[in-house]
Amino acid sequence: MSDSVPSAGPLPRHGAGTMRYEAMVMGASAGGLEALQTILSALPAHFAIPVLIVQHLSPQSENLLAEVLNRQCRIVVQEAEEKETPRAGMAYIAPPDYHLMVEADRTLSLSREERVNFSRPSIDVLFETAAEAYGDKLIGVVLTGANADGSQGLRVIKKFGGTCVVQDPRTAVAARMPQAAIESTRVDYVVPLVEIAPLIVGLLEGKHG
Amino acid sequence: MDDLENQNLEIKLLLEAIFQKYGYDFRNYSMAHLKRRISRRQLLDGFASISEMTNRVICDADFFDRLLLDLSINVTEMFRDPTFFKAIRHQVVTFLKTYPFIKVWVAGCASGEEVYSLAILLQEEGIYDRAQIYATDFNQVVLEKARKGIYAIDRIKAYTENYQKSGGQRSFADYYSARYDAVLMAAALRERVVFADHNLVTDGVFGQMHMIVCRNVIIYFDRQLQKKVVCLFMESLIDGGFLCMGQKESLSFSEYFDQLVLINEKEKIFQKRYPPGDRSQNE
Repeated sequence: MSDSVPSAGPLPRHGAGTMRYEAMVMGASAGGLEALQTILSALPAHFAIPVLIVQHLSPQSENLLAEVLNRQCRIVVQEAEEKETPRAGMAYIAPPDYHLMVEADRTLSLSREERVNFSRPSIDVLFETAAEAYGDKLIGVVLTGANADGSQGLRVIKKFGGTCVVQDPRTAVAARMPQAAIESTRVDYVVPLVEIAPLIVGLLEGKHG
Repeated sequence: MDDLENQNLEIKLLLEAIFQKYGYDFRNYSMAHLKRRISRRQLLDGFASISEMTNRVICDADFFDRLLLDLSINVTEMFRDPTFFKAIRHQVVTFLKTYPFIKVWVAGCASGEEVYSLAILLQEEGIYDRAQIYATDFNQVVLEKARKGIYAIDRIKAYTENYQKSGGQRSFADYYSARYDAVLMAAALRERVVFADHNLVTDGVFGQMHMIVCRNVIIYFDRQLQKKVVCLFMESLIDGGFLCMGQKESLSFSEYFDQLVLINEKEKIFQKRYPPGDRSQNE
């Protein structure tokens, strides 16, 4: 598909009282801090679904990412804890050197198993497990990065009927990761970085349908 | 999705078969984790379904041994999380030095890197000679590797860095001899270590420990099993003994939480409280 032009999004199937979406997952690598700041700081405090995030980091890095982002956002940003149930208005970041996973009962799990795509945390691991847990009620977002992590995971989100959003590679610090995601999946939206948050807020309000 | 439900059911039956046939109990492990490991084996060996794999497990003990390696996380390194070892040096060793004899249990030791790291640390702190380290795992294959103490040489650079960051006082090269593409850990580091088969899920108390190290093991268990294992640790620790968990294992869920003092929050190092009557120790 041509980038920057939204393809036909999924039809809104929600009736009264049921939400079309119940969670959002995001994956970023090189250049990710700025991208995450841009998106998360633009979300309203009452953002209706939880956000789960993998940002590639050095395994030795101090756990400052959540703290930094939390100061700049209206939603609450914190490091993910095992067994907790993600809540609306909150963003959960995979701790350095742990994979973040979603269980079938939608609680979070952490793991120190092998690196996937040379990464721990790996975006694919989060996306694949979240896709199974949330099915078509999931939004997956692939952001800037210099590797192909997230592509496989986005494909699984699509397979389960979720909505796939990719940062326009031309607006990415590192284009490879969003480019790889676009090449491997018929994604629903490819949009510039600054338009991702408005797009997602719109998706939750049933627009773009 | 029906497919998904069927697959989850197939995994449950596989775990049941493993338990009934071999006695290893994975039924209370985190499902997302197990599923990834099982799917990986399915893909690698080309099974059409998980049920097909279950058949193979029942009939073929060698295949089960391979699957067992898949199901446990054996990724580890020397002085992994150097700040943890630094905290042990600075906050725990002082207490350990007050005992004439020190028993340390490394539960879920996998291929033994953490055991050798602790042996080095205790040696440098001058208390190795009166220590006994019990290194346990349920997996015989990795336990054998731990016993041998032979590791790939290409990891040594990273291990050396970890060792230095952990507050190591010598040259890491003092602790191994290199030959071809492998290193053999110094025999002295094994002298005070007993390697033993122990399964946290099905086996019992391991008595009177001064320190228990079990990092990133119960993270793969469900809450119910986590609680049971913490109980096992509490019963295996002396009063005033130390319990070292992984950085993301807070234990706040445990009914024993108020019997523990968190002495290092980041590294999740706990000290078991003395009984209420023993006031001098609780000051």
